Amino acid sequence: MSDLHKLTAIEVSERIRSGDLSAEEYLYSILERMEHVEGKIHAFVTVVEENALETAREIDKKVRRGDDLGSLAGVVVAVKDNICTRGIRTTCSSRMLENFVPPYDATVIERLKAADAIIIGKTNMDEFAMGSTTETSYFGATHNPWDLNKVPGGSSGGSAAAVIAEETTVALGSDTGGSIRCPASYCSVVGLKPTYGLVSRYGLIAYANSLEQIGPLTRSVEDCALLLSVISGHDSRDSTSVDLPARDYLKNLWDDMRGIKIGLPREFFGEGVEDAVKDAVLKAIDKLEDLGGSCFEISLPMMKYALAAYYIIAMSEASSNLARYDGLRYGYRDENARGSFDEVFSKNRREGFGAEVRRRIILGTYALSAGYFEQYYIKALKIRTLIRRDFERALKDADVIVGPTMPLLPFNLGERIDDPLKLYMCDILTVPANLTGCPAISIPCGFKNGLPVGMQILGRPFDEDTILKVAYAFEQSTDYHRLRPPI
Amino acid sequence: MSRDRRVSVEEVRHIAELARIKLTREEEILFTEQFNRILEYFSMIGEVDTENVPASYHVLDLVNVYREDEVQESLRDDEALKNASEREGRFFKSPRIV
Repeated sequence: MSDLHKLTAIEVSERIRSGDLSAEEYLYSILERMEHVEGKIHAFVTVVEENALETAREIDKKVRRGDDLGSLAGVVVAVKDNICTRGIRTTCSSRMLENFVPPYDATVIERLKAADAIIIGKTNMDEFAMGSTTETSYFGATHNPWDLNKVPGGSSGGSAAAVIAEETTVALGSDTGGSIRCPASYCSVVGLKPTYGLVSRYGLIAYANSLEQIGPLTRSVEDCALLLSVISGHDSRDSTSVDLPARDYLKNLWDDMRGIKIGLPREFFGEGVEDAVKDAVLKAIDKLEDLGGSCFEISLPMMKYALAAYYIIAMSEASSNLARYDGLRYGYRDENARGSFDEVFSKNRREGFGAEVRRRIILGTYALSAGYFEQYYIKALKIRTLIRRDFERALKDADVIVGPTMPLLPFNLGERIDDPLKLYMCDILTVPANLTGCPAISIPCGFKNGLPVGMQILGRPFDEDTILKVAYAFEQSTDYHRLRPPI
Repeated sequence: MSRDRRVSVEEVRHIAELARIKLTREEEILFTEQFNRILEYFSMIGEVDTENVPASYHVLDLVNVYREDEVQESLRDDEALKNASEREGRFFKSPRIV
């Protein structure tokens, strides 16, 4: 078996554009790798081998003709299954959309295609992005490639697992409360949640629309910057997309972080965080100081309420965003359902949605209902304002905020899935970035008991440059990004 | 049951109806128990003084993003109806509403 599947996106696109490597040959190495490991990991819901080969052959033809090629020429991309891909089944890992074939591409997909990337398939996720372990998928869980008994994180678990197992060059995920960063941390890859509004959500099947963003999952910070450059920028079809043009994030990426001021929130290292995690991250922070960063302690007192505020807002938005699933225009419909519109509608939703999705829709409906609306939803939105103020204040003195991505190491499949509240607690360190809209990246920073630990770097809105720079400097002076699971 | 019941089984049933999701009897009981624990955790937000604090529905300063009312390309009928479980001509079909 060749080693081509180990290449980064930067290496692949350079070699294909120069004619040094054929896109078809590279794709075959990926498909071969997939055959070898996918049975153990279950990262994918759908693989589109024929489509991908056709695209690869087209790219090779373009190279022979001397045509210009995009910055992702021949790069294989695995796409989280809540991002619409025209003609390719898009399920959100739910029975509700098991057979849904979108008639259009999401904006990010159009941009990937315009850059000559190759879409290899759709990755497994928690159902409708609701979860932190990829266990709520209707198609079964994804396994962590570092230890097949452990969770890969979620909800973009399939994407993260596929990237570290080298079943794809790079992947796209989505992050509503940590769904890119959590699996990035658990699978030892780079995962970025861009500033809210930077990447178009047109074609992202909504869970919580004021919180979520599509973002890259990659094996290197450079690849992350490259992918971000392709997918970001204003889109008139997304009214929450910021009026900023697409930019090249590689241009400002160099590994010099001297003088960068780093805030360390004491709340990120509190009692909810496992010692093993604290230990690894504090060592990584020492490294950041060696590299010229100046660290100081800060406090974000409203952090205590972030998880509750997040879940109330997310569930409320979810109850509205998932109201469209009635089995009529698309989606699961029980063939034998009889009765009134409401009866059929209720039956389709009961059978089409898994337990966690139903839980969140019902709780969200409760939080928005008359009599409770002020006490829960509005109150949570006010707390959101106070959290934003905490971060704005902190990011005046600090250029970036650093801490662990997850409060605990990857745990066993099945361990937390029966206790919703215990599962929600996994998100305590990731939700603030979604509530505030700040960009946040998770990068590998160590291992404990053979399991990956991720470090999280948050920045000012639209200052992806600085968090990428810190991430890059750390990555280039350590070896964690070179390690691969023994699979 | 405990004194700290925030929501009853009947309320859960009613909310599930509002959300148009049918629950089985077992689920009603299980969900009620889970909801009570979750709502108990959520209740900590009551501690915070939010007098004169505006609500953040959104994190961007965008307001009313409009475009000119010009006809643009749209999905063809057959594309739009492709995923429908039942259709008739140019229409989706649904159970009787009235």
